[in-house]
Amino acid sequence: MSLSHSVIERLRSILGSDHVLTAREDLISYSFDGTAALQQLPGVVVLARSTADVVAVLKLATETKTPVVTRGSGTGLSGGSLPSADCIVLCLVKLDRILEVDAANLTLMTESGVTTIQIAEAAAAAGLFYPPDPGSMKISTIGGNVAENSGGLRGLKYGITRNYVMGLEVVLPDGEVLWTGNKCVKDVAGYSLRDLFIGSEGTLGVITRVLLKLLPKPAAKKTLVATYDQMDRAAQTVSDIIAAKIIPCTLEFLDRTTVRCVEDFAKVGLPVDCEAVLLMETDGHPAAVAEEASLMEALARRNGAIEVRVARDEAEANRLAAARRSAFSALARVAPTTILEDATVPRSELARMIRFVEGIARKYSLRIGTFGHMGDGNLHPTFLTDERNKEEMARVHHAFQEIFDEAIRLGGTITGEHGIGVAKKDFLPKFAGDASMRVMRELRRALDPQGILNPGKMFD
Amino acid sequence: MSAAPSSTPVVSHLKGLDYSVVQQCMHCGMCLPTCPTYDATKLERHSPRGRIALMRAIADDRLEPTKTFADEMYFCLGCLACMTACPAGVNYAELFEHARAEVESRQLLTSPKRTFIRGFTVKWLFMDHRRLTAVGRAMRLYQELGIQDLVRGSGVMKLFPKRLRELEAMTPKVQSQFSNELIARVTPATGAKRFTVAVLTGCAQDLIFSDVNRDTVEVLAMNGCEVHTPPDQPCCGSLHAHNGEWALAQQLARRMIDVLPPERYDAIITNAGGCGSHLKHYHKLLEGDPAYAERAALWDRKLKDIHEFLVPAGIVSPPPAEGPKVRVTYHESCHLSHGQKVVTQPRQLLNAIPGIELVELPEATWCCGSAGIYNLTQPEMAGQLLERKVKHIRSTGARVVATANPGCLLQVINGCQSAGVSVRVAHPVTLLAEAYRAEAPKAVAAVPA
Repeated sequence: MSLSHSVIERLRSILGSDHVLTAREDLISYSFDGTAALQQLPGVVVLARSTADVVAVLKLATETKTPVVTRGSGTGLSGGSLPSADCIVLCLVKLDRILEVDAANLTLMTESGVTTIQIAEAAAAAGLFYPPDPGSMKISTIGGNVAENSGGLRGLKYGITRNYVMGLEVVLPDGEVLWTGNKCVKDVAGYSLRDLFIGSEGTLGVITRVLLKLLPKPAAKKTLVATYDQMDRAAQTVSDIIAAKIIPCTLEFLDRTTVRCVEDFAKVGLPVDCEAVLLMETDGHPAAVAEEASLMEALARRNGAIEVRVARDEAEANRLAAARRSAFSALARVAPTTILEDATVPRSELARMIRFVEGIARKYSLRIGTFGHMGDGNLHPTFLTDERNKEEMARVHHAFQEIFDEAIRLGGTITGEHGIGVAKKDFLPKFAGDASMRVMRELRRALDPQGILNPGKMFD
Repeated sequence: MSAAPSSTPVVSHLKGLDYSVVQQCMHCGMCLPTCPTYDATKLERHSPRGRIALMRAIADDRLEPTKTFADEMYFCLGCLACMTACPAGVNYAELFEHARAEVESRQLLTSPKRTFIRGFTVKWLFMDHRRLTAVGRAMRLYQELGIQDLVRGSGVMKLFPKRLRELEAMTPKVQSQFSNELIARVTPATGAKRFTVAVLTGCAQDLIFSDVNRDTVEVLAMNGCEVHTPPDQPCCGSLHAHNGEWALAQQLARRMIDVLPPERYDAIITNAGGCGSHLKHYHKLLEGDPAYAERAALWDRKLKDIHEFLVPAGIVSPPPAEGPKVRVTYHESCHLSHGQKVVTQPRQLLNAIPGIELVELPEATWCCGSAGIYNLTQPEMAGQLLERKVKHIRSTGARVVATANPGCLLQVINGCQSAGVSVRVAHPVTLLAEAYRAEAPKAVAAVPA
């Protein structure tokens, strides 16, 4: 290990030995995140318990020019919290207190290591609602959600993490603590630094506290499951729903392979003998919900749905949503390595993109399971492969290349919600263009002149 | 990094495993919130995906099996909650047993004390039912002749180390009669015979909860079963498999198949969640043994948890109960719910009893800390989990806690007793048997002192 002994000793005196991990068994346990086929041993793992801990670690890192990779629960899907060689992994899961739920201002103040589900539950306990619900919400931390600007199943109607962040406490690489934002709905004082840190993937500062916006809890919701014998019919249903001026909170689809894996795991009664399943949810005022649900059901039937089923109660609706959230991991049932993408296109191009992805899978003789957020054009084509098969992995790489090119050509993006990290680093310059890349590089250099925060991620 | 201490070549269980089992984990992290040791420590090493990463590192030659690795494998409860949570379908049970076998074959945790305790319990006591019965009789004498009261009253225990005092206090009450003294070898069906079944009387279960075995036989007979309970049944071997003694587990599995030939019965019934979870996988254990592989597969098909067998067969209704209903809550044995996925049937069985109001226990599937012999080997973590369990039991206001595994029964009895929570702890089948006997379910009964 080339991380110097004196750095480790100083970390121990700052944090206490129990919170500085150097055993090989610990380093291995922190050598990956949720991304397939990526691993790298860090130099040391430290667990911060307060903003002051983070400040002290970053001051030491700046002084010694030691790279720092921040992480929460390590569920990211682009390698954003993959350690770099000899780095300090700064783990924030012990910043785990919710500090305030302010029902008068509809806000929640929390430390960044609190899990997304704890935030959703704390909001619900006050009769309020925190909508972003990424697939890993049971364990992902809010700090990670902000750093990656995570999406979820409700993006279509409620937006993504960015839309709920009102303020941030960020520790800059030199240890200075910055606060940006407040409880005001309107605030135009200066640049929106808050927006700069959202989605910055741990490259600009370490997020230690988050002030979140909450909504009143919708009074009612209805969940429907429609089954199709052709993917196009599901896609057409989605287009028709949007055209009918309905914005459901969820419009998710799963293809045949994905449905089978999900049902095998979750056993929620999804029909396995079909080409596509559409999971639809509407929420809001009971009368509006009833009207929208019956209209969506009619549109599904008009598009030749084999079956449309309405969830009996909230428990069944929650089971269906939870089953959908398990889709990515469940696909691992049929292949040793699952590599998922999140190419995103404008909604109008969705059916075309799905057909393109199917064609690419055929062209490169790859197995694929596709699911995703049909309502917001965010697809998750997932290649079912084996990382030990180098030849197949090369084909996977080519396939991605074509999928990204097509997504860009259709006016879409190379990542809708997983981030660049290391997985999509090579594709960013072409997507963003020279001017954007120059501004991003200059911003990063201004905030982190020594380049110690998450080096090698997003862009060099 | 310490290498294996022995100069003889050791079999690496992890390297010998089909690599796809190790590779199945795609480290998504969905297991983390369900893992009691991760929840308590928030350290990745103490999580399922962290442990699997270590196993994989050994299989890949990136890590030498070390004492730290060995300690980690024994810090894991083996509760298998991660298997229920895992969308990818990782077979953690298999990985975990191979990892512990690796630890044992490389003698990574050898110490004179550990060698003595394991030699006495796992390798001697639980290998032969007669030895276990003899020890049981000795303990019974200790308790019945008043020696235990004398010892406890005299204060002599204060001379012993704290841990030994705690262990003495946990000594379970040995039943005054063992299963073969309580149950006929063959119990005829009440009414028309529908099935011929065998009941496994277990090892620890037989000593401490032989009444649960009797209740199991009675309930099965009431439901049209001719019930066979051959004497001298060996331990099922789950203790051995979970503690890295693969060869001994195989030996016991063969003996079990000999004592209870699966072709003779419509079903072989177990009432202990922990045992059942192991008993259903004899084929995996014996697949390399041509003399037993086929019968082991038949055995696995015939093996049924009591709830899993009774509910689809249709439970004969007990007579209507008089008086107010008794509030009962249900604590799930980890290996019944996560290991065997028997989740709804025990609740259905309890709901079939007229005198009972079943209320859900918060975190019913969270381990109580018993985990085989974990409460003996890792008292601190086990104690934390028990405290959490007792807190939830208290919150339900239930007078009876039903649970279907001897380890959980003992652990919850001990926990409620020392926390001063006055509830009765009983196997669901006991409650059903009492209902058939038209006894009102007892609220607070005398718990073993």
